[in-house]
Amino acid sequence: MGALPVRSQGFERYLSLRRSVGDGLVTLLSVASTLLVLVPLAAILGYLLYKGFASLNWDFFTKVPAPVGETGGGMANAIVGSGVILALASALGIPFGIGAGVYLAEYGAGSKFAEAVRFTADVLNGVPSIVMGIAAYALIVKQQHHFSGFAGSVALAIMMVPTVTRTTEEMLATVPHSVREAAFGLGIPKWRTVLSVSLRTASPGIITGCMLAFARVAGETAPLLFTALGNQFFGVNLNEPMAALPLQIYAYAVSPYDEWHRLAWAGALVLIVMIMVSVTLVRIFAGRGALKGGQ
Amino acid sequence: MSEEHPGIPLPQTFIAVPAPQAPGTVPGSAAAVPGMDPSVVKAENSTVRTYLLGKSSGKTADSAFRLVMLLCALSVFVIVLLIVYVLVDNSGLAMHTFGWKFFTTSVWDPVSGDFGALPFIYGTLVSSLLALVMSVPLALLVAIFLLEICPPFLRGPISFLTELLAAIPSVVYGLWGVFVLVPIMRDQVGPLLIKTLGWTGLFAEPSFGLGMFTASVILAIMIFPVISSISRDVMRAVPNHQREAALALGATRWEMIRIAVLRNARIGIVGSIILGLGRALGETLAVTMVIGNHPDILKNLLAPAYTLSSVIANEFTEATGDLYLSALIEIGLALFLVTIVVNAIARVLVWAVTQGNTARAQ
Repeated sequence: MGALPVRSQGFERYLSLRRSVGDGLVTLLSVASTLLVLVPLAAILGYLLYKGFASLNWDFFTKVPAPVGETGGGMANAIVGSGVILALASALGIPFGIGAGVYLAEYGAGSKFAEAVRFTADVLNGVPSIVMGIAAYALIVKQQHHFSGFAGSVALAIMMVPTVTRTTEEMLATVPHSVREAAFGLGIPKWRTVLSVSLRTASPGIITGCMLAFARVAGETAPLLFTALGNQFFGVNLNEPMAALPLQIYAYAVSPYDEWHRLAWAGALVLIVMIMVSVTLVRIFAGRGALKGGQ
Repeated sequence: MSEEHPGIPLPQTFIAVPAPQAPGTVPGSAAAVPGMDPSVVKAENSTVRTYLLGKSSGKTADSAFRLVMLLCALSVFVIVLLIVYVLVDNSGLAMHTFGWKFFTTSVWDPVSGDFGALPFIYGTLVSSLLALVMSVPLALLVAIFLLEICPPFLRGPISFLTELLAAIPSVVYGLWGVFVLVPIMRDQVGPLLIKTLGWTGLFAEPSFGLGMFTASVILAIMIFPVISSISRDVMRAVPNHQREAALALGATRWEMIRIAVLRNARIGIVGSIILGLGRALGETLAVTMVIGNHPDILKNLLAPAYTLSSVIANEFTEATGDLYLSALIEIGLALFLVTIVVNAIARVLVWAVTQGNTARAQ
């Protein structure tokens, strides 16, 4: 224990002033950056509402795109196309995701294999969506020699799998063991327990995960560029090129026509509302979880 | 879960939340001890259960179910392998023709069949790094604000709003970028940068609005929620007693954050930044719409550039000839491998922080 260094009172006061100024400065900076970050959000949403509402009308939902040079027209084909592509993508991707999640939580918990699956799913989540588009192109479009809505669905389905897997696993992990053991105690086989007890209990959370995966791929354009390709006409045949809302917005946004720009804004508004609605549903489901208060 | 549960959890931000273990669970504590809480016994190891399961009429159904679930889990690997396979398979021609030269030459001439990816690599790297420079300080400050400074009643709404940024699709960012950000960049920000920072040579005439800098700004906005929410998760994983110890020593709040929070969470914070980088590297549509799409390697950040993902998005459907297509797919392969590596590193770093601290006292 050496003697403490003796400092003059003035120096001490300077030090403590410097410390409190530093503290205040960081507080100020963090408040300022939070406000700064909210600016682009407000700018994007505000502009979208302003431009989008001005261009939305009934035609937008009921008509197909008008030929170049004509005013009017809508995106009915793109809205329906997006719906069809997304429905198929969910039907393909969600079962695999839930199955993988069930395996991780109920069978493989703690094993090296589960760890590897989890890690791969996380890494797959970070793969750029355009790469999924190339993969679906090479797997399906190239073999079939034509673009199709089906190929787009496959690309989106691949993107949904890791998200659904991870949320399913996390949600199943929150189901208390005692609930499962109560089922085992009644002599119910494991598969039945997983389906009717574990999955059932965790279902609000799992639905949340599925909706999130859905919301994420609903706005994806890059994987559809060379799979679904887009289509100016109305069609629900998955074996043909198909229009999709994000594709149409992209095509119109980079076009030189004011009329198309107007439609792009309207489309963006519809797309955002679609995504926000699913996210809000998620909040409602998540807030009303069977697990709330259970644990 | 309820209070901190983000309104829109980011799809890409799954942090491994360790399964809540029943307290006192010891691997190998097989037989149920009478009077003990049944949840204490690890279900998998119970000999009674194993016996009963063996007797159960659902034995076949059980193993079939298990097999199906296992196949689903394996599908994750299959997807990755399949992607690698098709990308390698379809880019073989370009690999064979150009070899490593593909990544070091800067000629991109579809007409004469000469392809080099250097301008795209340059564009991707510079725009992503510039986006990180803009986004990281903001994201960390916001994370600190939300976790340590913000009054509790504001925490939910503000984190919901910041994460709303993650729910906006890429194409909408692009649309906004083209019609709102580009004119601002062209008329106000560009000339200002030329006037103040022109001497560095990084900002020079002409300022079209479309270019590397605008793309970086859009990217910075897009990766902000990733970095902010994940670094918040890792900061939250720092045990409270670390904070209390720093405060007990007389630290101010900033000193406490620096000594206790940032220092303990630094590995995870680096992980979150790398995850943001991975996101920026692969971002396609928004960047394509504002970067100007011109394969040049220029020091001027206001000039148009091109990225790996943009060139795929723009030229893939128009690619005539096998060599052209295979060159584009090779770019896709490079993008895939780079993001896989970047994400793997980031995951390891983030897991290192969040998994070690499961028992943080609330």
